[in-house]
Amino acid sequence: MSPHVILRVVSKLLIPLIALFALYVQFHGDFGPGGGFQAGVIFASAIILYALIFGLDEAKRAIPPSWVRIGMSTGVIIYGGTGVATWLLGGEFLNYTFFAPDSTHAAGQHWGIFAVELGVLCTVASAMVAIFYAFGSRTTELTDEDW
Amino acid sequence: MQVMFLLMTMFPEWILSHGAASLVVIPLILAVLTALNPNAKLAWATVLGVTVLCVFTSLGLLLQITAHGPIHYNMGGWKPPLGIGYYVDGLNAPILLLISLVAFLCTIYALPSVAAEVEPKKKGPFYAAFLISFAGLLGMVVTADAFNVFVFLEVSSISTYVLVGMGASRDRRALTSSFNYLIMGSIGATFFVIGIGFLYMQTGTLNMMDIARVLQDIGSQDRVVRLAFAFIVIGLGLKLAMFPLHMWLPGAYAYAPSFFTTFLAATATKAALYLLLRFTFTVFDPSWDFVATAIMILLAGLGILGMLAASLQAIFQNDLRRVLAYSSVAQVGYMLLGIGMATTLGLTAGYLHMLNHAIMKGALFIAAGAFWYRFGITQVTDMRGLGKTMPWTMAGFTVAGISLIGVPGTAGFVSKLTLVRAAAENGWWWAIGVIVVTSILAIIYIGRIIEQAYFQPVPELKGKPVARNEAPYTMLIPLWILALSTLVFGVNAEWTTSLAQSAAHVLDAGPNTNIPGAHEVMPVVTGGH
Repeated sequence: MSPHVILRVVSKLLIPLIALFALYVQFHGDFGPGGGFQAGVIFASAIILYALIFGLDEAKRAIPPSWVRIGMSTGVIIYGGTGVATWLLGGEFLNYTFFAPDSTHAAGQHWGIFAVELGVLCTVASAMVAIFYAFGSRTTELTDEDW
Repeated sequence: MQVMFLLMTMFPEWILSHGAASLVVIPLILAVLTALNPNAKLAWATVLGVTVLCVFTSLGLLLQITAHGPIHYNMGGWKPPLGIGYYVDGLNAPILLLISLVAFLCTIYALPSVAAEVEPKKKGPFYAAFLISFAGLLGMVVTADAFNVFVFLEVSSISTYVLVGMGASRDRRALTSSFNYLIMGSIGATFFVIGIGFLYMQTGTLNMMDIARVLQDIGSQDRVVRLAFAFIVIGLGLKLAMFPLHMWLPGAYAYAPSFFTTFLAATATKAALYLLLRFTFTVFDPSWDFVATAIMILLAGLGILGMLAASLQAIFQNDLRRVLAYSSVAQVGYMLLGIGMATTLGLTAGYLHMLNHAIMKGALFIAAGAFWYRFGITQVTDMRGLGKTMPWTMAGFTVAGISLIGVPGTAGFVSKLTLVRAAAENGWWWAIGVIVVTSILAIIYIGRIIEQAYFQPVPELKGKPVARNEAPYTMLIPLWILALSTLVFGVNAEWTTSLAQSAAHVLDAGPNTNIPGAHEVMPVVTGGH
C-alpha cells in the first residue's frame, strides 16, 4: 500500500473540481471577477497539485513538456489570430466590433473578448506548468571545474 | 518630392493605414510560430521574411508621415486616451526604419554566424527570441502609451537577456554578462515604471499626449512630477548606457552571439535614447527649469564624461568587442552632448549621430564576428596580418572605423561636424575641445587595430604564413552595404540630415498635447445580453 493514501484520494477528488472551477472563472469573466489569467493559474494549479502528490514524472507522463510548449504558443496565436481576423474583416487590430458590426448589443465585443481570453487561459496555464516543470526538474548545480 | 509620391504609390493602402500596428504584431505572431518550428533553415527564412516586410512597412510609414504628417492608430478601435494609441511622427519613423533595416542586414549575416555559434538544437528558439526582441524594440518606439512602452521595454529586454546568455556555447562568460545585464536592466525598467506610476498618480492618464496636456495644467512646481521625471531619466539612462550606468554594456556586447551583438549595438540603445527624447521634450516641458537643468547638466555633463572616460577605457581593452563596446558608450556621450545643448542644431546633431553610429557600429561588429568565424580571433593582438588574410572584411572594418573616428568624407564626420557647429553656435568652446580630444582617442583605439591588421606580418602556422581565408558572402554583403552607406552618407548627407532635422522640429515644438478626436463622444458599448 503506497503512502499518503488520504492525500491521493482527496486530491483525485479535487483535481477535476479545480479544473472545472477554472472554467467557471474563465467563462464568468464577462460578468464578474475573473478571466483568462486567473482561470489559467487555477487550471495550472490542478496539474501542479497532481505533480506534488503523484510525482513529477507521473505529471510529465500525463501532460508532456512538449504539449506545454505548444500550449504556450497556441495561446498567443489565438490572441494574435483574433487581432488578425479583425484586420481581415476590415477593422483595426483587435477591434472586436467588426465580428458583428450590425449587432445592437455589441455581440462582436463579446465574441472577441471570449476568443482572446481563451488564448490567455491557454498561455497562462501552460506557462505556469512550464515554470513548475523547470524548477522541479532542475539538475545539480555546476561544479567549479565546469567553468 | 516627385520620387516620394511615386514611391508611395508602391505601398498598398492597408500597409499605410495599419502599418503602425503590423510592425509589432507580425514579428510577435511569427516569433511564436518560429518557436514551434524545429527546422532552423525555415526559422531563418521566416525571420528574413518578417524583417523584409518590416523594412517595407516602416519605409512606407516614413514616406507617409513626410507627405501627410503624423499617423495615429487606435488599437482595437478605442480612441486614446482611453485606448492604446500608436503614433508615428518625424521623431520615431526614422528609428523604426533603422531598426528594421539593421535587423534585415543582421539576418543575412545570421545564416553563417548563428550556425557557428549557437547549438543546433537551440537555433529555432534563438530566432524566435530574436523576433520577440525585434518586436519589442519596434513596439517601444511606435507606441504612444507610456505603460505600453514599459511592456515593450520588458518584452525586448527579457528576450535580450536570453539571447546574450545563448553566447555561452562560445564563451561561458556570456552567462555572467547576461545575469549582470538582467539585474541592471531590471533596475532600469523598475525605475522607469515607478516614474510612469508617479505620472499616472498625478495625471490620471497613460497616453503620452494626454499626460503632456495634464502636466501643462499641473505646472512645474509639483514635487511628484519632478520625482517622476527623475525616475524616468535614470531608468532610461540605464537602458541607453548613459555614462556611469553603462556597466552592463561591455560584457553583454562582448559575449553575446556576434549576430545579436550587431543588432543590439545598432538598435537597443537607440530605442532607449528615442524614449528619453520623447519624454524629456514632448511629454515634460523642456522650458521648465528642472527639465532644462537636467538636460543641460545631466545629459550634456554625463555625455562629456562618458565621451572621455569610455574612450580612454576603449584604448586599454584588448578584446576587440570590448573596444567597440566602450566606444559605443563614448558615442552615446556624443548624442547626449548634442541633446544637452537643447538647440535645434544640437538636437539635429545628436539625432544624426544616432543614425550614423548605428550604421558604423553595425559594420564594425559584423566584421568582428567575421574575424571570429574564420580564425577564432577576439583579441586585438591576435589580429596581425588580417589585412592580408581577410582583405575585404578588414577593408570594410577600416571604412567603418575611419567613419567612427570622423575622417572627412564619412558619415561620422558629418555628424561630428554638425555637433561642433552646434557647440560653436551655443558658445560651448570647451565642448569642441572635448570632441577633438575624444576623436584623437578614437584614432588611437581604432588605429591600434588597423595597425595590427595592416602593418604586422601574417602569423605563421607550421612554418608557412596563414592562407587567405575571406569571410563568406553572406557576411561580406551586409558588411559592405553598411560600410558603403557610411561613405554615401558622408558625401551626400542630405537625406539623413533632413530626417534628423524633422526629428529636431518635433522636439523643438515642445510638449505634444494633440490627440485627434479625444474629446469626441466615445461610442457607448453596453454590456450584457
